[in-house]
Amino acid sequence: MTEFFRTFGEYMTFAPARYALIVGVLIALCSSLLGVTLVLKRFSFIGDGLSHVAFGAMAVAAVVGLTNQMLIVLPVTVVSAILLLRTGQHARMKGDASVALISVFSLAFGYLLMNLFPTSANVSKDVCGTLFGSTSILTLSPLTVWLSAGLSLLTVVVFVIFYNRIFAVTFDENFAKATGVKTELYNLIIAVIIAVVIVLAMNLVGSLLISALIIFPALASMRLFKSFLSVTICSAVFSVLTAFLGLLLAIGLPQGVPVGPTIVVVQAVAFGVFFLIDMIKQRVRA
Amino acid sequence: MAQLSCNNLTLGYENGAILEGLTFSVEKGDYLAIVGENGSGKSTLMKTVLGLIKPLDGEISFGEGVGKYEIGYLPQQSPIQRDFPASVWEVVLSGCLSQKRFRPFFSKADKARARDNIEKMGLVPLIKRSYRELSGGQQQRVLLARALCATEKILLLDEPVSGLDPKVTAEMYEIIHDLNQEGITIIMISHDIHEAVRYANKILHIGKVPFFGNVKDYLASERGRLYAAEMQNAEKEVKE
Repeated sequence: MTEFFRTFGEYMTFAPARYALIVGVLIALCSSLLGVTLVLKRFSFIGDGLSHVAFGAMAVAAVVGLTNQMLIVLPVTVVSAILLLRTGQHARMKGDASVALISVFSLAFGYLLMNLFPTSANVSKDVCGTLFGSTSILTLSPLTVWLSAGLSLLTVVVFVIFYNRIFAVTFDENFAKATGVKTELYNLIIAVIIAVVIVLAMNLVGSLLISALIIFPALASMRLFKSFLSVTICSAVFSVLTAFLGLLLAIGLPQGVPVGPTIVVVQAVAFGVFFLIDMIKQRVRA
Repeated sequence: MAQLSCNNLTLGYENGAILEGLTFSVEKGDYLAIVGENGSGKSTLMKTVLGLIKPLDGEISFGEGVGKYEIGYLPQQSPIQRDFPASVWEVVLSGCLSQKRFRPFFSKADKARARDNIEKMGLVPLIKRSYRELSGGQQQRVLLARALCATEKILLLDEPVSGLDPKVTAEMYEIIHDLNQEGITIIMISHDIHEAVRYANKILHIGKVPFFGNVKDYLASERGRLYAAEMQNAEKEVKE
């Protein structure tokens, strides 16, 4: 245990590690906000699909040799989010089918590119890092750190401003539309926020594990809380605490474990705790 | 000038019309029941009136101070809502969104309005309860309170008693009747021709042989007699 704290203390003397902690917590915060909406609108699979698109875009950015990969990954993911949402609404092809198509294609395309134009000697390590998150959050450039922090805060602000509309559009889209709420606009805003969150979260947990960051907090909170506001607040707190704990563990454990899986495992354990509390509460009531 | 008039509407989706040549109008204080067999286009008509889909042909016009988005709407329950974490207060308050130009948060006036409608629907003891934990009848009253936040002029009710037990069904009809007495125009889509005839003053029967007019004329018409008889037979079969 003392060794844990010593390793952690050593890391914290480095500026990048402090940045990682701050950025990680911010990303966790904003990725939890839309969880309830995504789960209830049956959009969780879109998040999953988009993360694969982001993986493909990341591969392109790496091959092109951009130092700041977010410049390519962000626009591509945002555009895909808008397109996917459109197809979901006017379903000529079923929404989930088109998501599946796009996501497997992006995965394959990205992996192929990385093999055709290897940027380092160890391709599979690169791929693994992009998919599961590496310790790369500890080596982010200052520009990426500021960009991530800025985008996270922007996401939170946009969410708060549109909170009441997002609630209305999620709870009953037809009613909202019939009474003059511009539901297309708010669906678009939701799609753009998802895309931004996914690109951000890729830095933290890697593209395969992003869904966890979006869904675990929402599902856990929905077990215990009953109003939209309390669920949203609980999700945010859940996400921030588990991400913080996950980052501490990942940094402090001497084996050098990757950040992404550590956070996800911590979230899964916390979800289990919420699940148990809910079960006990129901027993007591019955 | 009527509050809502539909002139020679053709309704349907891209791949074909469901209803053609539909003309009817609703005056202030009316209680219009829309009846018709399953698949006759009742829901499509409703979505068109609400502006969710565009009519293929014909026109819908609003008058007497009713604007396009001033129809309160009581939808049938959607599957999303069955596990949605939202309190009664949050659901009712969300009906106030339509009232305003863009302001991010609700004003005091909005909240007062929501509270009034919660009282009116007898929901005060349930205000903090979760919507998903309520009974069917309670949920309908919550949605009715929300619709009243959106408008005080016209309410459009889509099968308001479907899935409710007989006692709650009767209560629901009473509530709707009272709202109509207060001067709110009611448009109700219904399966139940007997209740429709009992409470409504106008009937719109859609289908192959359409009818629009007063209840008295409807009962006298062949269309009305036929349908009432069919319904009665169907009910007998269910009971046997």
